[in-house]
Amino acid sequence: MSTETLLRVDNLVKHFPIYQGVIRRQVGAVHAVDGVSFEIYKGETLGLVGESGCGKSTAGRTILRLYKPTDGHVYYDGTDLASLSEREMRGMRRKLQIIFQDPYASLNPRMTVADIVGEPLIVHKVANGKEVQERVQELLALVGLNPAFADRYPHEFSGGQRQRIGVARALALQPDLIICDEPISALDVSIQAQVINLLEDLQKQFGLTYLFIAHDLSMVRHISDRVAVMYLGVIVELAERDELYDHPLHPYAQALLSAVPIPDPVAEERRQRIILEGDVPSPVNPPSGCRFRTRCPIAESVCTEQKPEWREVKPGHFVACHLVEAQT
Amino acid sequence: MPNQILNVQGLETRFRTDEGTVHAINGVSFTIDEGETVGIVGESGCGKSVTMLSVLRLIPTPPGKITGGTAEFHGQDLLKMEDDEIRHVRGAQISMIFQDPMTSLNPVLTIGKQLTEPMLLHLGMTKQQANNRAVELLEMVGISGARERLPDYPHQFSGGMRQRVMIAMALSCNPQILIADEPTTALDVTIQAQFIELVKRLQENLGMAIIWITHDLGVIAGLAQRMMVMYGGLFIEEADVKELYANPQHPYTLGLLGSLPRLDGKHSERLVSIDGIPPVLYEPPKGCPFAPRCSFAIERCSQENPVLEEVAPKHRVACWVDTRTGRSR
Repeated sequence: MSTETLLRVDNLVKHFPIYQGVIRRQVGAVHAVDGVSFEIYKGETLGLVGESGCGKSTAGRTILRLYKPTDGHVYYDGTDLASLSEREMRGMRRKLQIIFQDPYASLNPRMTVADIVGEPLIVHKVANGKEVQERVQELLALVGLNPAFADRYPHEFSGGQRQRIGVARALALQPDLIICDEPISALDVSIQAQVINLLEDLQKQFGLTYLFIAHDLSMVRHISDRVAVMYLGVIVELAERDELYDHPLHPYAQALLSAVPIPDPVAEERRQRIILEGDVPSPVNPPSGCRFRTRCPIAESVCTEQKPEWREVKPGHFVACHLVEAQT
Repeated sequence: MPNQILNVQGLETRFRTDEGTVHAINGVSFTIDEGETVGIVGESGCGKSVTMLSVLRLIPTPPGKITGGTAEFHGQDLLKMEDDEIRHVRGAQISMIFQDPMTSLNPVLTIGKQLTEPMLLHLGMTKQQANNRAVELLEMVGISGARERLPDYPHQFSGGMRQRVMIAMALSCNPQILIADEPTTALDVTIQAQFIELVKRLQENLGMAIIWITHDLGVIAGLAQRMMVMYGGLFIEEADVKELYANPQHPYTLGLLGSLPRLDGKHSERLVSIDGIPPVLYEPPKGCPFAPRCSFAIERCSQENPVLEEVAPKHRVACWVDTRTGRSR
């Protein structure tokens, strides 16, 4: 893994307006992503974890401009994706692809597998006629599907196979970066491992970079090189995988990790859980200062008054909390 | 010796569909002791929910039909009871909570109304008594301002709180068995941890037996004493939780545990994956239902279905092959 930056996200913000009344006046906004910054290195897998509604998927989609960013920048290869026109952005998507969570909703039921996987090739004019067919066959074989099934429709496949179709489609244009938006959460346990192994093999073979968005912290530890933890629209901690899992610093990251069950009764007996009180506050009206302060077991008055700064407390270990001491 | 309260033998359930008859449960037997926590683990479609729904006769008929077996609760066969008798067992003695707290509460009735209904019905309480008890129950599951919340509707509660309301409702008549069907699958992990702590505490205080249905081998590890692994409408392995995680023997259990990465980093470089997909059983399985996906399979596996056999104290496995040696039993 290199430390050459492939993509740099700088203070990315995405608010969804809320309209109300007859004249559809804007009365507020869902602060889905509220100023996140991070870098993705070439060839790595960056895990982005958090609970539902924390903004992790929105962040992924906003990077790809599937949502228009409210503010902030996304630098890829020297260009700011946030400032590109729709047309220019479409060209960039050759290099930036996405795999969606729901393999049932993300494949058009009226298109055959060959159409689905071949469409990017035609849209981006990288192949035509016979070439498309050949390439589709290649791609299907690559993701472990029988190329003879190219003329079938999505409903003829199981969930895991559909997700392989999604992977083949993402690979069609030989992208640099693939955003994997919860690619396995709709799949059964025994099938999840198949898809994860496939993603790992493809990464090795093609030198792909992944942004792996998920709520399954065990799987994220398995697949990621570095991991970022999100809470209510902001990233609260980011570090190398083992550093983050073995020495989490932010109180939310600590509680989150302690809450994940381990499939081992002996280990479970010895564990100390940090049980958080209450629920995640609404992103329409997020708490002042630190977003986590309403549930934080160690919050102080400074947490209400000031937003915690995003700082590097150890080399490569970033955290946004007033109460974490810098460690050298 | 703790008292056995539920004894299910040879349970079979089928569903008639346009594509053919699905053999969902194919002869399942198990017992539940007073006050214990048992996990039923399996992937979607393996029959784990249908097993418990069949025991409570909650299978929609048609298309579903219980075609064989007995389910004795305190010596009485639930499958042969009159409708009004089983209705009494269901609400008051065996209760069930479901996966999705969003859809298992009625959106147009207040929480108070839904919570008091079983008590009015089964315990013959007055409205006043039931209301007081409802407040107690909500406090017990950690909902603050309980009395003020009785007139609220389900949409005014968060997912985690709705699941708390569900369990309050399930416990309202002091059941002897609580069946929890994937109750935390729809919840976030920090909320799941809250909920599991709550259930453990409630069990300590109230002493009911719990049957916890899940696909999550992590949740079961910290919760149950005993577990059963299900595949293709059959139990394929059962043991005490510690024994099963330490010495899994059925190839499917081995595969499942190998396919899970671990949070504490004791993980292998590559996950073990099980090839193929779980079956839909349009025929009763002739051989072992796992045989087509099994790397240990021998010829016998596709001919004869193995039955559960004891391989260690209280540890039973249904497999023709001893996976420790790779030789047939």
